Amino acid sequence: MNNQAAQTTPQTSNFLFDTEAFSAWGLLRLRQHLEGGLPLTPRPYLELAERTGLTEQQVMGAIQHWQHQGLIKRSGLIVKHRTLGYNANAMVVWDVPDIQVSQLGRTLAAVSFVTLCYQRPRRLPDWPYNLFCMIHGVNRERVLNQLDQMIADHNLGGIPHSVLFSNKAYLQRGGRYVSNS
Amino acid sequence: MRLDTVDKQLINHYQRDLPVCERPYLEMANNLGISEDEVISRLTALQEHQVLSRVGPVFEHSRAGASLLAAVAAPPEHIDSVAARINEAPGVNHNYAREHQFNLWFVMTAPDEHALTERLDELEQRLNLPILRLPMVEGYHIDLGFDIDWEALP
Repeated sequence: MNNQAAQTTPQTSNFLFDTEAFSAWGLLRLRQHLEGGLPLTPRPYLELAERTGLTEQQVMGAIQHWQHQGLIKRSGLIVKHRTLGYNANAMVVWDVPDIQVSQLGRTLAAVSFVTLCYQRPRRLPDWPYNLFCMIHGVNRERVLNQLDQMIADHNLGGIPHSVLFSNKAYLQRGGRYVSNS
Repeated sequence: MRLDTVDKQLINHYQRDLPVCERPYLEMANNLGISEDEVISRLTALQEHQVLSRVGPVFEHSRAGASLLAAVAAPPEHIDSVAARINEAPGVNHNYAREHQFNLWFVMTAPDEHALTERLDELEQRLNLPILRLPMVEGYHIDLGFDIDWEALP
């Protein structure tokens, strides 16, 4: 690219709008559209490009960049587990001594039927639990058996815990960070 | 909706690594030995029947804005109306009833921490119930794209 030429002879498009700002706005719009899912048409990225004022190449480039950065953690078919028959969703919460919590978190995260695992703060006196793990299972009995197995396998008998089954989903959708600001 | 082998293959193969190319559904079709039209019509049907919420990216929460897990102890006789009010609040997703004194659990999201606090404060006032606020301290495994255990399903 010839920078000097660019400096001395501004492109006519710059008189109409700032191209950089235009594509930043387009990227924000792209994020909004992606949060709602890809169009199910032969050229979904082209369709997103047309909706956001970007080119198809820019759309694909942005998605690849976000994947590489880790802003997008996966891209694919987003399953609604309840529809499939995963009817028992248990949030198991543990009151783990602070010094052990990270190590135990990593251990439980590796258990095959644990689908989510993270540390959150206690809120005493109402909430004494600092480690959360989720088991998405087919029915309550099976989930409780899996939990018993986990307690036996990892010697968790001495750690106070509580099992919160969910009995109703009032709302289930992906996070929309951009759309409803 | 009764899923057949091809539907299951689509789900098994493409909960992640959706192709990023001009014709992604064609590439998926070639891998599965079916036509592009069939991939598109199957995905459309799966979406219409609520087997899939969507096809596309999942953004990393901590990098895509601010969010936290929140809970309230709603009076059991009013749980539906409290849940409905929570659902109306901006930034809420994943609102579940759970069997506990804290019986409603939801995720609140916002573009940044400041807006998140504002949204929670506002909702707390509207509900007239204290909100338990549980931001993530450390994630060990945060991905719902686990392999579906087809054998165990009803």
